[in-house]
Amino acid sequence: MISFQHVSKSFDGGRDFAVRDVTFSVAPKAFVVLVGDSGSGKTTLLKMINRLIEPDQGAVSVAGEPVQSVAAFSLRRRIGYVFQGIGLFPHMSVAENIGITPLLLGWPKPEIAARAAELIDLVELPRSYLTRMPSELSGGQQQRVGVARALAARPSIMLMDEPFGALDPVTRDTLGSEYRRLHESMELTTVMVTHDVMEAVILGDRIIVVRQGEIVADGEPNELLVEHPDAGVRALMDMPRRQAERVRILMQERTQRE
Amino acid sequence: MNERFAASARLLPDYLSQHVLLSAAALVLGFLVSVPLVVAASHNARVRWPVLGFASVVQTVPSLALLALFYPLLLALSSASKHVFGHGFSALGFLPSLLALTLYSMLPILRNGVTGLTTLDPAVIEAARGVGMTNRQRLLRIELPLAAPVLMAGVRTAAVWVIGGATLSTPVGQTSLGNYIFSGLQVEDWVSVLFGCIAAVALALVADQLLGLIEVGVARRRPVKIWFGVGLLVAGVAAAGAASLASGSRSSYVIGAKNFAEQYILAAVMTDRIKKEGYSSTARVDLGSVIAFRALASNGIDAYVDYSGTVWSTVMNRHDSLPRLQMLDEMRVQLRRDHGVLLLGALGFENAYALAMRRDRAEALGIRTIADLAQHSPDLRIGGDFEFFARPEWRALRDRYGLRFRQQRQFQPTFLYRAATSDEVDVISAASSDGRIKAYDLVVLEDPQQVIPPYDAIVLVSPARAGDPVLRRALEPLVSAIPIDLMREANYMVDRDTNRTQPGKAAQWLESAIHLN
Repeated sequence: MISFQHVSKSFDGGRDFAVRDVTFSVAPKAFVVLVGDSGSGKTTLLKMINRLIEPDQGAVSVAGEPVQSVAAFSLRRRIGYVFQGIGLFPHMSVAENIGITPLLLGWPKPEIAARAAELIDLVELPRSYLTRMPSELSGGQQQRVGVARALAARPSIMLMDEPFGALDPVTRDTLGSEYRRLHESMELTTVMVTHDVMEAVILGDRIIVVRQGEIVADGEPNELLVEHPDAGVRALMDMPRRQAERVRILMQERTQRE
Repeated sequence: MNERFAASARLLPDYLSQHVLLSAAALVLGFLVSVPLVVAASHNARVRWPVLGFASVVQTVPSLALLALFYPLLLALSSASKHVFGHGFSALGFLPSLLALTLYSMLPILRNGVTGLTTLDPAVIEAARGVGMTNRQRLLRIELPLAAPVLMAGVRTAAVWVIGGATLSTPVGQTSLGNYIFSGLQVEDWVSVLFGCIAAVALALVADQLLGLIEVGVARRRPVKIWFGVGLLVAGVAAAGAASLASGSRSSYVIGAKNFAEQYILAAVMTDRIKKEGYSSTARVDLGSVIAFRALASNGIDAYVDYSGTVWSTVMNRHDSLPRLQMLDEMRVQLRRDHGVLLLGALGFENAYALAMRRDRAEALGIRTIADLAQHSPDLRIGGDFEFFARPEWRALRDRYGLRFRQQRQFQPTFLYRAATSDEVDVISAASSDGRIKAYDLVVLEDPQQVIPPYDAIVLVSPARAGDPVLRRALEPLVSAIPIDLMREANYMVDRDTNRTQPGKAAQWLESAIHLN
C-alpha cells in the first residue's frame, strides 16, 4: 500500500540527515505506529507520504504509484491527515470544515451535507454541532472534527501525527480507542506517529522504532516487548511493561487485602 | 458671518463631490495595487523588504511635496505622449492628485495586509495543505479571509489619511475641500477655513465608520454588515458623481488663478465676463506661480493673469531689464513662438515686487531707497513670501545693492504684512498693488538702479484658445482698463482686517468701477 525505497532527507544540504536510507512498506489495512524521540525523523517519514515533505533521495509510493506521479494537492485529497495542531479553519463552521475536501473534489452540495452528518455521528458528536464554529468546541471535540474532516472524502489511508498528543489523558485514551474501531470498520490503512510507547502498544498492529533517521526496530508489539538486541529499543519497550507490571502488582495487593 | 457661511455652503456640493470622488478613486486604486503586492510580499521575504521599505519612504515625504512632485513627472509624460501618440493629457488637477494619494494610501494597506498574512496560525496553513488545497485555493479560501479583518483595519487608516491628504490637492489644481482652506487662509476668511476643516473631518469620520462596519462584518462573518457598509459607501460616491456632473465642473472655459486676493478677484472678473457671453466658466484657484504658466501652455487652463516681470524671469529666463513697452512686445513674440501662448494685453496696472517698511521706522533710520537700506541691512530683519527668496529679482536686488540682512524669514502673504506692523521683521517683500500698503501705512522703497523689472499685469491665453472669439470678446475689454488705485481698492476690500468682502463681491465692484457692468 505504502512503500519507502532507500529514502533520505536532509534539511541542511546533507550535513545532518533527518531520514537516512530508509526502506519499509506498509500492508493494506495495517495500523503502523512510528515511535521515537523528538527529532528522530518519524514525522518527516510520515509527511513524505502525502508530500508535505519531499525526499532528497529514494522513492515513496502509494498503491504502487510513485507519489510524485500526481500533483501534491490531488494526492493529499486521497489521504486523510490528522495532526497535533488540529488546524480547524476558524472561519468555517464544523460542517464546512468536515466538508472541505469533498468540496475541493467537486462533490454536489447535498452529498457533502449528508457526508458531514454521517461523520459527525461516527465521531460521536451531536448533530447540532454541525453549525457551530470551531472556537465553540473543546480541544477533544475539535480533534474529533479533525478526524471527521480527514475521513470525509473516503480515503483509504490515514496519516496521524501525534493526533491526540495535546489532549488530556482520559480524552486521549477514549479518542484513541474510538479511532482504532473506525480503523477496523472502515478498513483503513493507518500510519500514526507518537512518542507515547503505551499508546503505540495499545493501538498499533506493528511498531517501527526510529532513531536518528533510521529504523532500529520493526515488529508486532508483542515481539518488541520481549528482549530486543538493541539496548535503546529495550529501554523504550520496557516502559509500558514496567508500567503495566506496577499496575498489576497494585491491583494484586488490593485483592489480597480484601 | 452668516453671509460668509452661506457663501461657503454654496460651494459645498462642488468641493465635497470632487473631494469624495478623488479620495474614493485613490483608495480603490491603492487597494487594487496593494493587495497583489501584499500577497507577493507575504510569500516572499525578498519582495517584502523592498515593498514595505518603499511604502515607508513614500510616507515620510510630506504629502504636499508628493503632490507637487507628480506634476513635473506627469508633464514630462504628457509631452512624451504628445510626441508618440500625437496627444498629451492634463498634468494638472485630478491625475497628479490621484497618483500621489494612491501612493499615500498604500502603506497602511500593505503593512496591515502583510502582518495579517504572515501571522496566521501555522497549524491552519498546514491543515489547508493537508486537506489538498492548491496554493491559490489556500490563498482565497483560508489566508485572505483570515487576514481580511487586519487588512480592512489598514484600509480604514488609509481612508482617513487620503481624505485628509486630498485637501492638499488644491495647489496642483484639483478642486477639493482644501479650496476652502487655501483660499480662506489667503484672504483670512476663517469661516471658510473652518468650514473646510470641519467638512473634511466629517467626511473622514463617516468614511471611517462605514469602513469600520465592513471591518466588523468581515471579522465576524456577517455579510449583512459588509453589504450595508459597501452599499452606503457606493451610494455616497455615486451621489458625489451625480453632484459633480450636475454642478457642471466640466465647464467650457477654465480660468486659472494663483493664490492671493488680486488673482481671485481678476479670475472672478474673467469668469463673469465669459458667463456674460453666454458660456459656462469656472476658476481654478490657488495654482503655484510656475504651475499656472505650465498649465496654460499645456491647455490645462484657458487663461489667467500673470505679471510681465515674473514671466520674463521665470518662463523666459531673462535677467536683463528692458523698458516696459519694449519688454511687452518682445514677450508677446517669444511666448507665441516658444509656447504658443497668446499675450492678450496688459490690464493697466503693475503688481511689482517691492521692498516695504513701516513708515515710522523708515523715517527714523532715514531710509528712502533700497540703496539707503543696504547701509542698515546688517542690523535689520527681512521677511518674504514663500517664493520671494528663491526668485531672481531677490538675487538681483541683493547683489546689486549689496543687501545682507541679520535674519531672513518666510511668511504666508497674509501674515507678512502683519509681521511688518508687529515688528517681527523690519523689511518685507510687498506687492505694489496690495491695498495693505496704504492701510498699514507702509512705505515702498525706491529702486534707483531699476533692478526690479516691470510687473505689468497681463492676460495670457492658452495655445488652444489663442484664436477663440468668445474669449477675445470677453477679455479684450479688460485690456488697459484697470488702473492701480482701483485694483488696490478692490484688493483691500478682500484683504482688510474688518468688514471683509468675498473676492466675487470685490470683482463685481471692480467691474462696475471700470464701467463693464
